[in-house]
Amino acid sequence: MGARVFVMLWALILVLGVPLGAGAQEYRIGFVAAITGPASSLGVPERDLAQLVQKEWDAKGGITGPDGKRYPVKIIIHDDESKADTTVRSVKKLIGEDKVHVVIASSQSPTSLAVIPVATEAAVPLISMASSHAIVTPIKERFWIFKTPQSNIHVALHQVKYLKAKGLKKVASLYVNDAFGDDSRRGLAQVLQGTGIEVAYEDKFEQRDTDMTPQLTKAKASGAQALIIHAIGPSSVLITRQAKDLGLTLPIVHNHGIGTKFFIQQSGPAAEGVIFPIGKLLVAEQLPDADPQKKALLDFVRFYETPQRPRSTFAGHAWDALQIAGMALGKVAPGTPTKETYARIRDGIEGVKNFAGTGGIFNMSAEDHVGLDERSMVLVRIEGGDWKHFPPEKW
Amino acid sequence: MRGGVALRVIAACAALAALPLVVRTPSYLDVLIYCGIYSVVTTGLCLLTGYAGQVSLGQAAFYGLGAYASAILTTKAGLPGGLALVLGLVVTAAAAYLIGIPILKLRGHYLAMATLAFGILMYLAFVEFRDLTGGPSGIPGIPALSLFGVRFDTDLKRYYLTTGAALLTLVVARNVIDSRIGRALRALHGSEIAAETLGVDTTRAKLQVFALSAAMASLGGSLYAHHLGLVSPPAFGFVVSVEFLVMAAVGGLASIWGAPFGAAGITILSEGIRRLMPLLLSGASGEHEVIAYGIILVLIMIFMPEGLVAGVGAAIRAGRRAGAASRG
Amino acid sequence: MVDQLLQLSLSGLATGSIYALIALGFVTIYNVTGIINFAQGEFAMLGAMVLIALGPLGLPLPLTIAAAVGLVTLVGAGMERLTIHPARRASTVTLIIITIGVDIALRGLGLLLWGTDPYPIAPFTPGPPVRVGAAVITRQGLWILGTTAALLVVLWLFFMYSYRGKVLRACAINPLSARLSGIRPDRMSLVAFSLSAGLGAIGGIVMAPVTLASYDMGLSLGLRGFVAAIMGGLTNPAGAVVGALLLAVLENIAAGVFRAAYKEAVAFLVLFLILLVRPQGIFGPGGAGRGGL
Repeated sequence: MGARVFVMLWALILVLGVPLGAGAQEYRIGFVAAITGPASSLGVPERDLAQLVQKEWDAKGGITGPDGKRYPVKIIIHDDESKADTTVRSVKKLIGEDKVHVVIASSQSPTSLAVIPVATEAAVPLISMASSHAIVTPIKERFWIFKTPQSNIHVALHQVKYLKAKGLKKVASLYVNDAFGDDSRRGLAQVLQGTGIEVAYEDKFEQRDTDMTPQLTKAKASGAQALIIHAIGPSSVLITRQAKDLGLTLPIVHNHGIGTKFFIQQSGPAAEGVIFPIGKLLVAEQLPDADPQKKALLDFVRFYETPQRPRSTFAGHAWDALQIAGMALGKVAPGTPTKETYARIRDGIEGVKNFAGTGGIFNMSAEDHVGLDERSMVLVRIEGGDWKHFPPEKW
Repeated sequence: MRGGVALRVIAACAALAALPLVVRTPSYLDVLIYCGIYSVVTTGLCLLTGYAGQVSLGQAAFYGLGAYASAILTTKAGLPGGLALVLGLVVTAAAAYLIGIPILKLRGHYLAMATLAFGILMYLAFVEFRDLTGGPSGIPGIPALSLFGVRFDTDLKRYYLTTGAALLTLVVARNVIDSRIGRALRALHGSEIAAETLGVDTTRAKLQVFALSAAMASLGGSLYAHHLGLVSPPAFGFVVSVEFLVMAAVGGLASIWGAPFGAAGITILSEGIRRLMPLLLSGASGEHEVIAYGIILVLIMIFMPEGLVAGVGAAIRAGRRAGAASRG
Repeated sequence: MVDQLLQLSLSGLATGSIYALIALGFVTIYNVTGIINFAQGEFAMLGAMVLIALGPLGLPLPLTIAAAVGLVTLVGAGMERLTIHPARRASTVTLIIITIGVDIALRGLGLLLWGTDPYPIAPFTPGPPVRVGAAVITRQGLWILGTTAALLVVLWLFFMYSYRGKVLRACAINPLSARLSGIRPDRMSLVAFSLSAGLGAIGGIVMAPVTLASYDMGLSLGLRGFVAAIMGGLTNPAGAVVGALLLAVLENIAAGVFRAAYKEAVAFLVLFLILLVRPQGIFGPGGAGRGGL
């Protein structure tokens, strides 16, 4: 009897294990994002964007190949459930079975780190949408790996520049207790070294916590002159609201995790005065016309933004990754990729210069697989329920 | 009779060994590797729950202990993987034995609660002791496992390793069930008082099985660490403990075979949903897959309440009877 | 220090009231059916999200709340009829796995319908926080405390004096003789699930203005409600409420006095110790407690 079940299970395995047909004259892009799970607030806008891009490419007939003809592009989207095991499995499937030309994965830093060995071993180019600098360093071990978001270091550089300009010497650093918050607060600590600015109080909170008043009360009592918050999602809203409820008057500086309209909508009046470094996407219309990114940003806003779907920097990272991938793909022939194909695509990505994306102007090179510097970010201040460009002149 | 069983065992092993030849796709091997890893953990849980009648809602803690032991000892102390694995087993079993002394005095859902609390405390420890465990980001860069001169650095090799480990744990479990301890356990499960009057040292029996199931979980954790190459806390939380329990129950708690079938069944189900849903429902994405998984889980338990092993067996028997009736 | 403790306790009482409502749901279902309903937290999530979804209808708030609670109660009833009832003869473990499946499906449904972003609800009455000595409590916090207290009174009256309530208690105390008296356990199972769903929904609705509603708010709530229910012995509603308040206050004090990082650890450590010292929980029946899982 156990044997019969065994046979049935085996049959099931066979049915599900057989690859579902790969090669056609098309380009294939593997796209893995955290659509469900704790990081879904990053993955869902990324997935939505990918579906939009797919529609646009379908309408145009695809990407132009090296012979001048247009070939269809298939973006194969997978959900990694915010879990590294699933990311690895999805990438293995995309490379091994679907024979994609390039992989874009994933929304979070730990899951992206998990697939670096997979892509490297298969010698397939991979573009990550996550922010940890460890994804592209040490560069010697990241030959095949690229990423599109600014690194947490860049965020910290902007925050510290502001602190220095305002003469603030003591800060409180509160962070959400996951890889994002941890990476961000480490970036801040690193940049603060040698500046003379002291972290008077550091503490953390859980993403799903409902009460951050203990941490805020102690931050207030520590004599800090500013509150630096490293958070994303519901916790970022709650802690901001509770800070105002407690009557804290300290300046509040967030990181790039709050780059969504929902933050303003849900924080209400508590969001007034919050300052944070972010890609220029959020204040695209307010940039001077001479800004080299302005046109690309406005195009993106027209492409993505609807009343139900406000602009999102996460969608922006996905956009940048897909556009860069598309540019590299145009240099190789479609169909089943070979080792040579992968190498040429990788070279194509590394050769991207002066690409005005949503995250910044990308200048990739052999030493720099992000291609962005601090100029890709600006400080934004929330005023009157909206994002206001906050250049140094206004500090 | 003996010959028949031996023949079936050999056939099963041969089939398992030949599986990678049929399933040549790398991501599918990955699925099968996890089937093996989860089977190792679930076998221990089945032993504990099905035979000793003790529920554990914190098995992921032992799984995590094994994984972190392997990760820390190989990356920070430079120990060979095999030694780290064995040390992990020892440490986890010892921890389980010690924890077991106070908590195995509890019964039913209080025991479940205590294991739940322990599981969460271990998870918090993984997150908090960042100097040791890497904190919320975990420990990357775990080298491949080397045992007896073989370096398990490809999915194919790891498939044989984990499947072998799964079979080994099943053999150990069967031996325990057939041994004196096993009989003591089954007596326990029936009635603890009766067992005591018969001279069974119920406390020791429970502790030993608890420690053994923890050791099995630890083995699974070490194999996981060397396969994925990194460990991070979300893989060892409460939700994962619940998943192991689901695997054990779906397989069927009445028989130790429930463990591998439940582990394989759930893992293949998840993967199958992810592959088939976009084909069945255009535009379906992660959210739909999650809903489908929940619904299918409910349906499996409604139609096969004793688990896959029993349920499919019953269906086959019913089919045979119907066939015989129509012929007769 | 005393001021800080007062503040932490007051905030803890409000949070604890929510846990209490969830815990009561666990206790009700467990008492009647012996099942631990893993989907309990999702009822709170659904209550909050349905309330927000009904917002655009423009009805007066009490009506919208009543409608939301009513709808979620129906979901609870539907869950019982569709998933529990067909498997009623199965073992408790099987039924628990079924509730796990429902929990997963409901959360996926929440994600599908409402996406990942958290939603705000306006507090029931606007206005600044209220002073209680040296501490402060928001108006919504007062609503939370008041609603929970009122519900507890209603439930107490229900269980003590109404026929249905007494029948539910009979099922809990002695299922066999209850059945012999002509009470139908499966009908009571339906009542238990519906009641628990309604309680959970109310919990989610009163807390949403304070903590925001999102599709995954049920996970953490469900876990804490479960822990609170166990601390009360799983069969004693009053014990569950005290357990819930204790858990919340403990968490808050741990966060305030130690570092916030330790708040969960302290809460679960205390729970662990309570179980070791007094396995039947704080208010559970003496002895080994109700049978195994």
